[in-house]
Amino acid sequence: MSYLFDHPDKVMPFFWEHVRLTFTSLLIALCIALPLGFVIAKYRKLQAPVTSVLGIIYTIPSMALYAALIPYTGLGKTTAMIGLVAYAQMILVRNVVAAIQGIDPMMIEAAKGMGMSKRQIVFRIEVPLAVPVVLAGIRVATVSIISIGTVAAWIGAGGLGRLIYQGLNHDHTGKIVAGTVTIALLAIGADLLFRIVEKIFSPRTA
Amino acid sequence: MGIVFKNVVKQYSNTAAPAVDNISLEINSGEFIVFLGPSGCGKTTLLKMVNRLYDTTSGTIEVDGVDIRKVQTEQLRRGIGYVIQQNGLFPHMTIESNIAVVPRLLKWPEEKIDKRTDELLEMVHLDPRTYRKRRPNQLSGGQQQRVGIARAMAADPNVLLMDEPFGAIDAITRSSLQDELHRLQRLLKKTILFVTHDVDEALRLADRIIVMQAGKVVQFATPYDIVTNPANDFIRKLVGERDVYRKMGFLKVEDIYSADSLDEVAATADGVTLTDDLKLVFNRMVEEQHKAFAVVDSNNKRIGTVTMDRILTKLAQ
Repeated sequence: MSYLFDHPDKVMPFFWEHVRLTFTSLLIALCIALPLGFVIAKYRKLQAPVTSVLGIIYTIPSMALYAALIPYTGLGKTTAMIGLVAYAQMILVRNVVAAIQGIDPMMIEAAKGMGMSKRQIVFRIEVPLAVPVVLAGIRVATVSIISIGTVAAWIGAGGLGRLIYQGLNHDHTGKIVAGTVTIALLAIGADLLFRIVEKIFSPRTA
Repeated sequence: MGIVFKNVVKQYSNTAAPAVDNISLEINSGEFIVFLGPSGCGKTTLLKMVNRLYDTTSGTIEVDGVDIRKVQTEQLRRGIGYVIQQNGLFPHMTIESNIAVVPRLLKWPEEKIDKRTDELLEMVHLDPRTYRKRRPNQLSGGQQQRVGIARAMAADPNVLLMDEPFGAIDAITRSSLQDELHRLQRLLKKTILFVTHDVDEALRLADRIIVMQAGKVVQFATPYDIVTNPANDFIRKLVGERDVYRKMGFLKVEDIYSADSLDEVAATADGVTLTDDLKLVFNRMVEEQHKAFAVVDSNNKRIGTVTMDRILTKLAQ
């Protein structure tokens, strides 16, 4: 523990690097998962093939996936992010689909019957009703990205994983503990943050 | 005017028999019409064809003289009030936003929407200050359905479609909602099409009932005629044996009074009005020991007479 308190200046850069890696990956993952999830929620024929492909990717161990990617994209942040985005897809897409399909069909019928256009139904009814469920998915995905991101230090992605690897290589327990504790705090903090956001966006329980 | 169905057919691709089989009906403006029948008889399909949630396979439907296929769908729907079963309110919107849905689609100015919202909430006996900012889940089922009715009337449509609106509401609340709806309809003279499988509800609310069976209309008549002259055994069973006392509940003074001023009317008794039902009049006759009452108009001016004999004659028909 003492390393963490004695050298915050050495831990913090790793921390911020990890935060950046996590949120950049999350942002890219969302840009893919939100439209993809929405489309397959509407066109159910696509649902089974898409979710099984994502499921297969999700089951590949992260080390193995990174090893397989290195010949093509090399070492570094890009490869790390490709892996993180791929893993997050499964969680995010599944939640978007569940969110859209979990909307009571009566809601859609009421909206239609009152004269909303297709576009208005999407933006005034479906999206707001899906938000709480999607947020829960984002929370789980974020925590996953933080943890797999630690492993990504192995291929040169930086972040708190690097601190742990340094500790392992130099037999420096202080660095290992500092890295582990900080990563745990980051994960718990992110989880908490998204729970608060979820609360704000979920009117059913307000 | 009103709503006219001409040879309307709805054929779903996955069933052999049509869901709605060549129905022609004329509904007058301001009438309270109940579609009654067992599930699968086509009543909901018929209702939902009016606002084009389902399209007709053939035939035409006219609302206030306009063929519904000649109007843009969204525009048509914004002009027709629509109330569905429980859960019809949008849970992510406050009560006021729920009520404002159609006025906003119609791009009313916010000031007008604001005023209208208060007006509507008061109309359904919910205090605007208390309820405007609440969410649907903070209201009881009965209150939610009051908001549902207010929402459907928001843009003051001539026609209201109601699809088993009180189906999931407990008996006592349902009965007060029925009274409320009946009162509003008398007041606002909306044309209401109301789907139910509840016979008592139909008899209680309707000016005329459309009884449906296997996609066809088997009887289109007043509640009184349905009870006293069921068109077939199916309807006889549906409405069951209704006693004489109950029959009187479906009849009004206006159905039987005579315009003469007979002398036998006790001068001391208060008069009855045209819209009093015969059950009430009969009760008073028994309690007050009079065989006849004066019929008076809203200014308490005598316009005729109702006698015990006339009631008995009508019931014997």
